[in-house]
Amino acid sequence: MTATRLQPATGAPLVAVAGNPNVGKTSLFNRLTGQDLKVTNYPGVTVERHVGHTDLPDAGHVEIIDIPGTYSLSGRSAEEQIAIQAIAGLEGNQTPDLLVMAVDSTQLSRNLYLVLQVLELGVPTILALTMTDMLERRKQRIDLDGLTKVLGVPVVRMVCHRGEGVDELRATMDRVLADPSLGRPGWLWRPEHPMLLEDIDQVGRAVPDNWVGDDQDRRWAFGLWALLSLADDDELNAIPDELRKAVAERHALAEESDREIEADVIRGRYEWIDSHVADAVISTAPPVKTRTERVDSILLHPVLGFGIFVVAMGVLFQSLFSWADPMIGLIETIFNELAALIEGSMGPSLVRDFIVDGVIAGVGSVVVFLPQILLLFFMICLMEDTGYMARVAFLMDRIMRKIGLHGRAFVPMLSGFACAVPAVMATRTMERRRDRMVTMMAVPLMSCSARLPVYTLLIAALFPPANVFGFVPVQGGLMVAMYVFSTLIALAAAGIMSKFVFRGVEVPLLLELPPYRVPHWMSVVRMMWQRASLFLQEAGRVILVCTIVLWALLTFPRDPALETDYEALRSQATSTLTGDALDERLAVLDGEEGSDIFLQSYGARMGKLIEPAVEPLGFDWKIGVGLIGAFAAREVFVSTMGVVYGVGDGADEESTTLREHIRDETYTDGKPVYTPLVALSLMVFIALSCQCMSTLAAVYRETHTWKWPTFMFGYMTALAWVMSFAVYQGGKALGLG
Amino acid sequence: MTSLVDASVGTTASLARIGGERAFRRRLMEMGLLPGTPVRVVRRANGGGLVEVEVRGCHLTLRASEAQALFLDS
Repeated sequence: MTATRLQPATGAPLVAVAGNPNVGKTSLFNRLTGQDLKVTNYPGVTVERHVGHTDLPDAGHVEIIDIPGTYSLSGRSAEEQIAIQAIAGLEGNQTPDLLVMAVDSTQLSRNLYLVLQVLELGVPTILALTMTDMLERRKQRIDLDGLTKVLGVPVVRMVCHRGEGVDELRATMDRVLADPSLGRPGWLWRPEHPMLLEDIDQVGRAVPDNWVGDDQDRRWAFGLWALLSLADDDELNAIPDELRKAVAERHALAEESDREIEADVIRGRYEWIDSHVADAVISTAPPVKTRTERVDSILLHPVLGFGIFVVAMGVLFQSLFSWADPMIGLIETIFNELAALIEGSMGPSLVRDFIVDGVIAGVGSVVVFLPQILLLFFMICLMEDTGYMARVAFLMDRIMRKIGLHGRAFVPMLSGFACAVPAVMATRTMERRRDRMVTMMAVPLMSCSARLPVYTLLIAALFPPANVFGFVPVQGGLMVAMYVFSTLIALAAAGIMSKFVFRGVEVPLLLELPPYRVPHWMSVVRMMWQRASLFLQEAGRVILVCTIVLWALLTFPRDPALETDYEALRSQATSTLTGDALDERLAVLDGEEGSDIFLQSYGARMGKLIEPAVEPLGFDWKIGVGLIGAFAAREVFVSTMGVVYGVGDGADEESTTLREHIRDETYTDGKPVYTPLVALSLMVFIALSCQCMSTLAAVYRETHTWKWPTFMFGYMTALAWVMSFAVYQGGKALGLG
Repeated sequence: MTSLVDASVGTTASLARIGGERAFRRRLMEMGLLPGTPVRVVRRANGGGLVEVEVRGCHLTLRASEAQALFLDS
């Protein structure tokens, strides 16, 4: 950690909003900031840093950042380290001028534990008491004056969703920014045990000067932090060896005299809280079984709760899989109309093709993801805000832990059946980086809706509509088999990756079940908008560029020399045929010419180049071309094959002509290119390979590095190749080829 | 002392001892589960695989394998 304190470009004061998870910190942050929100990452880690701003009456323009929710400043993962780095202004973070601590008034003592830690760092602090309406519903209230006096910093009572207390908080922020001493407690918690004081003092001496300057209180606070955070297996960044050594020595010494430093410190803090603050909560009625507990006895019921869960997930899945369709269709229509309009108003030219097939198609293929992204995040926000998401994790823990994942991984995995792009984005809802990474890497293996047309085409073309065992339809059975197969592979991949690739520290499940709350529509809409705009800006750029590159690959060289003289054939047809026969013949010639031109393109030549690689899988080079085209989106495989086989680019999976062409396609020696075994091998390849630039763009957007998209592409391609190879060669060995 | 996994649903008792792996124990204590803190067993779920407790007004879920190391005063 280095103490480079960046000054904001604007020179505006910086206010940080911090607090425990599930305390309404986000709605407080949203109340304080306007609509204009910047989302960046904390330096070195993929944890989002939200920056907003507001204008205060006196202080004027202030920047406001949101610090990730945490129960404590000590921790052993790099992500848990963010909170202390951001609050203390280390590792490229600017030191906040003021800290607003969101404190859940219904769980005061636990929240004050974090407050005590924060106060030690010396940053001026204001407490914003949230959830006070829920407290009042429990016939309790908090003695604000008493709490302010005990803590020595301002306390403001708030009901965020009604906007109550916001003006008072803003006024208090103004006062503390003008006179920071108002936000410093004037006292600091100190343990009583002399040995413990000695431990902290000794470790404090090993704290690097650039963390603390000559501030002795801050040195003491970091000494205490190091004693509780550093361990042999921690994943903390930039910790000097000298500090590690000091901590290890003191722990060893404590062990000799049968003391436990961590327990002593934590107990000491809670004893202080319990003895000083207990009086601040005033109850006017005995506690009753809360509404949440009554609801949970239904929603967490082994049978009833599970049934409701299945219905809820069914709705989520259905909405992504089918309800988004009309919106997607509308977007496609708009972009097609726009393309047609431009095609109609411009003469044929390279510029026109670039605008229509490159730019408009590219923007269209970005925007087309919006309905699913908006819908999924609407559902996720709803589940998060109501508190149901924690119950999903609760119900799914048993299944997901078998593959080394958190119960929360269920929603992204399920969404993967619809589309990997929103599913990859949904991994955000998981707290730990390793859970996010494992889920992100496994999600694209789930059979998304874009693979469906490919399966449909191949199954319909190569497999007869018959039954096996007299009652199982071959076609439907194969389709189900593909889904089961890809799901099992995805689960296995997640299991293997959580064991070998993203091992990390094993963290026991400690799941908080927050009380049920009515969602706040403003924050739901805001979240949806935020996710959508991040996707458009960051992933969208990548997808647009990729679309244009693919278009160029499959378009150039233009007007290549063709062996067949199509003009001659056309005039021959015009002179010998009339009526429908002529139209039919001309359409065939158009298709064949289009195919010939296409197969001369650089992209198609790449298909020839990769033929040796796909030949052992049973594919010819034309299928290789289709796979390259499918990189735009898997369903594009179908229309690319349409072009390749001269059926035209309008062919879809229901096209009987395309199916016939696939059945009739032969090698030069007359053997058919497609056999059922080839189709099976091809379906396996499509199921497992990462033929989707949008997924890779979404992973890039989430991880902010090309390392993980590259890894994903590499491992999925290798997996797909090996499995297809096994299917094709194995099938041939069994005499099925 | 009764282990938290064996305590019946509805029991309210003080925590007597917190065992388990160091980081886990520290996290539990930081969330306010300390010797002497009153704990109420709210429910058991997933075929006994999960235990939900109420501590300091907060509902927490632990896996049974980890709850085994927590003991209540009987």
